[in-house]
Amino acid sequence: MISNVVSLGLPVGEKLVIPRNRIKGEARDNGKRICIVTGTHGDELEGQYVSFMLNKILEKNKSKLHGIVDIYPANNPLGISTIYRGLPGYDLDMNRMFPGSSHSSGFDYMVKKIYEDICGADLCIDIHASNIFLRGIPQIRINENSVKTLLPLARHMNMDFVWVHQAATVLESTLAYSLNEAGTPTLVVEMGVGMRITKDYGDQLIDGIMATMKKMDMWDGDEAPIKPPIVSTDGHVGFINANESGLFIAYINHGRRVRKGEIIGAVVDSLDGTIKEELKSPVSGLVFTLREYPIVYNGSLIARVLGGL
Amino acid sequence: MTQETLFEVNAMPYRQAIPVYGYRFGSNKKTLAIMGAMRGDEFQQMYICAKLVKALTKIEAEGNLNKDYGILVIPSASQFSMNVGKRFWPVDNTDINRMFPGYDKGETTQRLANSIFRELKGYEYGIQLASFYIAGEFLPHVRLMNTGYTYPDDGYLFGLPYLVLRKPKPYDTTTLNYNWQVFETDAFSVYTKATERLDEENANIALEAILRFMAKKGFIDYEGEFGTKTSFVEEYDMFTIQTNAAGLFRPIAKAGDLVLENEEIAEILSPYTAEKLEVIKAKKKGRVFFVRHAEAIMEHDLIFRIIPEEV
Repeated sequence: MISNVVSLGLPVGEKLVIPRNRIKGEARDNGKRICIVTGTHGDELEGQYVSFMLNKILEKNKSKLHGIVDIYPANNPLGISTIYRGLPGYDLDMNRMFPGSSHSSGFDYMVKKIYEDICGADLCIDIHASNIFLRGIPQIRINENSVKTLLPLARHMNMDFVWVHQAATVLESTLAYSLNEAGTPTLVVEMGVGMRITKDYGDQLIDGIMATMKKMDMWDGDEAPIKPPIVSTDGHVGFINANESGLFIAYINHGRRVRKGEIIGAVVDSLDGTIKEELKSPVSGLVFTLREYPIVYNGSLIARVLGGL
Repeated sequence: MTQETLFEVNAMPYRQAIPVYGYRFGSNKKTLAIMGAMRGDEFQQMYICAKLVKALTKIEAEGNLNKDYGILVIPSASQFSMNVGKRFWPVDNTDINRMFPGYDKGETTQRLANSIFRELKGYEYGIQLASFYIAGEFLPHVRLMNTGYTYPDDGYLFGLPYLVLRKPKPYDTTTLNYNWQVFETDAFSVYTKATERLDEENANIALEAILRFMAKKGFIDYEGEFGTKTSFVEEYDMFTIQTNAAGLFRPIAKAGDLVLENEEIAEILSPYTAEKLEVIKAKKKGRVFFVRHAEAIMEHDLIFRIIPEEV
């Protein structure tokens, strides 16, 4: 059943609506609820395909579903409709505004209503893509403070990699942090690239969500084989940033293993034909993030390499 | 006064190198640093700094700057955005003022914040000419964050009508003001009415406030305008007024007005028929501190912040 989590009048004759599709299982109700949330950043579309496919699968198989699956495909509909990462006309990143407020802007109120609607679920899966600049392998990111609760769940999600990262105060206003603090286990999925859909990654995640639901006694349907993820911490991740501005040419493909010191690409000058900088991997390991957008500046992230494998 | 290139933003071959200038007065001692524009629409903030550079140059030339102290003014570090009409870093829309203290091996705006903070760190006092994340008109005020390292007393020396203490939210922890304090600089943000347009009257209010602060601290010998009595307000004590209807926003009350309980302070009109959709009234008596700038407004949006009269 499709309903509105929140509806707010926009300035000139339009409603801003956060829609949710609630799919209620017809099998024995065990009182459980999973929330699939995406579209907080308007330029991240990988979750759109996952939402579409999950709706399709679950609507056809309600007899195998125990409990409720709530799908929120568009947390930031204005951003998605205008190809804009943030909230159009507003300075703050929506994923730095949780749990929201009733005493500030209309967007703060919208954020509060989304947060309240999800609170209390047995699991929330918050699907992000990378931005338009980077491509990433399917991964789950977990704050080290929540690792005990979340890592066992993450292992069933069929993702290539689970990154347990350090806590940071600025991240305390993300949807995932706010929900985890409130006792609603929330996994953050990152995969693919901004403004595009990578169908294979979406299918991989759907298999993982179904397997996790099975584990939670919410799904009686078939289960695809699940591969265990690599689990790592910040200490094993090597970052490669450009130190020059120019055009980045990758020498390797995304998802490949590299040796320490191997050149993964170069920043070149299209005006005079010179190579300004060759970028080397700081560790031996798997290139799990690689630059997609070729224009780079001093500091632009080029790659992340997972070492210690 | 000496002009110094603090660092360069270099994006060749697509953009030419952009120098970020610092203007130094007095000794090499790190006494007071003043930061202007860090966002591409902060023309007023840059202008206030430019006027300050001009004023201090004259004060120093006349021998009225105490040579025991060192002062640094950075009018702008946001030329890359200003010259293309963008508020944030135009490539990825990130905000330099959400990247402090910066990271020299990080992403572009982290590196820029690092370059700025490298110059600004270690000063005894810091003043940022700031703009708010919601467009609107403020009463001139000095704002500081309650970080646990906060010493608000010097905030009274600006002689602005209000000294506002803000309880930081998580996203505030990456601002310049917050990090200045963490690194033991007594930091203040000065807010006046304008951001993207030059407002002479308010630029002069900010300029006089900074010069007054410097004179009272003994950094300069300056007889300018007397300031006003400063009231201390915790941001939390202000009450907010929000819309219940969406439409054209017609404010009646202005920043600085004293409004009575139930006084009409704004109207929301139908964008198609100009019919009144909502008459907005003050919840209680108080001084209007902030009025939203918007021709049209969404439902449940913030339009006023009012300081209750008893505060």
